[in-house]
Amino acid sequence: MQEELFAPGHRGCAGCGAAIAARLILKGSGKDVIIVSPTGCLEVISSPYPESAWKVPWIHSLFENAAAVASGVEVALKSLGRKDEAKVIVIGGDGATIDIGIGALSGMLERGHDITYICYDNEAYMNTGIQRSSSTPYGASTTTSPAGKVSFGENRPKKNLPAIAAAHGIPYVATASIAYPKDVIKKVKKAISIEGPKYLQIHAPCCTGWGFDGSKTIEIGRLAVETALFPIYESTEGKVTSVKKVKRKPVEEYLKAQRRFSHLFKIEGGEEELKKIQDIADSNAKQFGLDQ
Amino acid sequence: MKLSIGAMVEPGSTRTNKTGSWRTFKPIIDVEACIGCGTCSMFCPEGTIYKVADKYTIDYDYCKGCGICAHECPVKAIEMVMEEE
Repeated sequence: MQEELFAPGHRGCAGCGAAIAARLILKGSGKDVIIVSPTGCLEVISSPYPESAWKVPWIHSLFENAAAVASGVEVALKSLGRKDEAKVIVIGGDGATIDIGIGALSGMLERGHDITYICYDNEAYMNTGIQRSSSTPYGASTTTSPAGKVSFGENRPKKNLPAIAAAHGIPYVATASIAYPKDVIKKVKKAISIEGPKYLQIHAPCCTGWGFDGSKTIEIGRLAVETALFPIYESTEGKVTSVKKVKRKPVEEYLKAQRRFSHLFKIEGGEEELKKIQDIADSNAKQFGLDQ
Repeated sequence: MKLSIGAMVEPGSTRTNKTGSWRTFKPIIDVEACIGCGTCSMFCPEGTIYKVADKYTIDYDYCKGCGICAHECPVKAIEMVMEEE
C-alpha cells in the first residue's frame, strides 16, 4: 500500500475538497518533493503549530510570494547540485494564486523555473469568511458579493488563469477536478516529469463556502465538469492537446445544488442570469469541443 | 510554548488531534457487499480508510463523518448511522 503523505487530524471541514486535492497531489508526486504553500485554507488546516499534516518537506510563504519562494528553493537545489533529489511544487488556493500571487507566479513562469505550480480552486477566500476572489464564478453570492435587492451576486466572470499561464508559452498547463482522482494523479505525475514551469488548476468544491452537504463534495465537482462550467483540458506551449469530453447537463443541475446560487432560482430576473451562466457553459463547450 | 529553530515540527504530527470526536454520523462498511474498489479511500478527505486484505476499513479515530464515502460507494455498501453517546 502506498504511504499516506497527508496525515489525518488536520482541521479541514468534514467533506473538505482542498484536503482531497492535497492527498491526490501527493499520491501523484510521491515523497521526493518540496511543497510551498501560501496562506490559505490548506495552509491553515494542515499546519496548526506545533503540528503538521505534511509528511514531506513543506514551507509556508506569505499570501503573495509562494511562486517567488519556490523559485528560490529551486535555484538553491540547482546551485547545491541536488536538483535530482526533489521536485518543487507549489500548492496554493485561488486567492493566493489568481488574485494576490499572480505577479510572482507570472515571474516564475517567465523565468522558466522547473516548478509545478498547482492551484486548488475553491472559487473564493474560504478560511477568512467566504469573500469573493477573481476566480469566483458569475452569479455566485459571497460575503463581499452578496445577492440581494440590487445584486445577483458576483457580477464579473471567473478569471481564466489557465489561459494566462498558457500565454507564457510554458510546456504544460492543465485543469483537473478532484471528482476525477485518477486524472489528477496522472496530470501531477506528468507535470513533474516535464522540465520547466508547469501550471495546474484543480477544481476543489468547498461545502462550507458554496453551501452544500459535506457528503456531496465529489458530486458537485462532477456536475461542474458535466455542465461545462469547469472545462478539463491539457495544453502544451499554448496549444490545447487534450480535453475531457462530457455528456452535457444543463447548468441548473449544478447551480441549484448550492446555496451560493440559490437566489437565482428565487428572485425576479434570476432566469435571465441563469441564461447568462448557460451561455458561459455553451461558450466553454464550443471553445474546447467538450460535447461528446 | 517553546518554539524550535525555524519553527519546524514533526511530519504528520496532526495525528495527535483525534478528529473522530467531530462526528455526528458514522459510516459503517458492509464487508459482504464491499467489492474492494477503493473509491471510498480515494475520496476520503482525511485519508483514513485503509485496505486490509481485499476489503476496506475505517479508522474512527479520525473519521469526521462527512459521508462522502457512503455517497460515492458504487455498490452502496456504506451506511451512515447516528453516533450514540
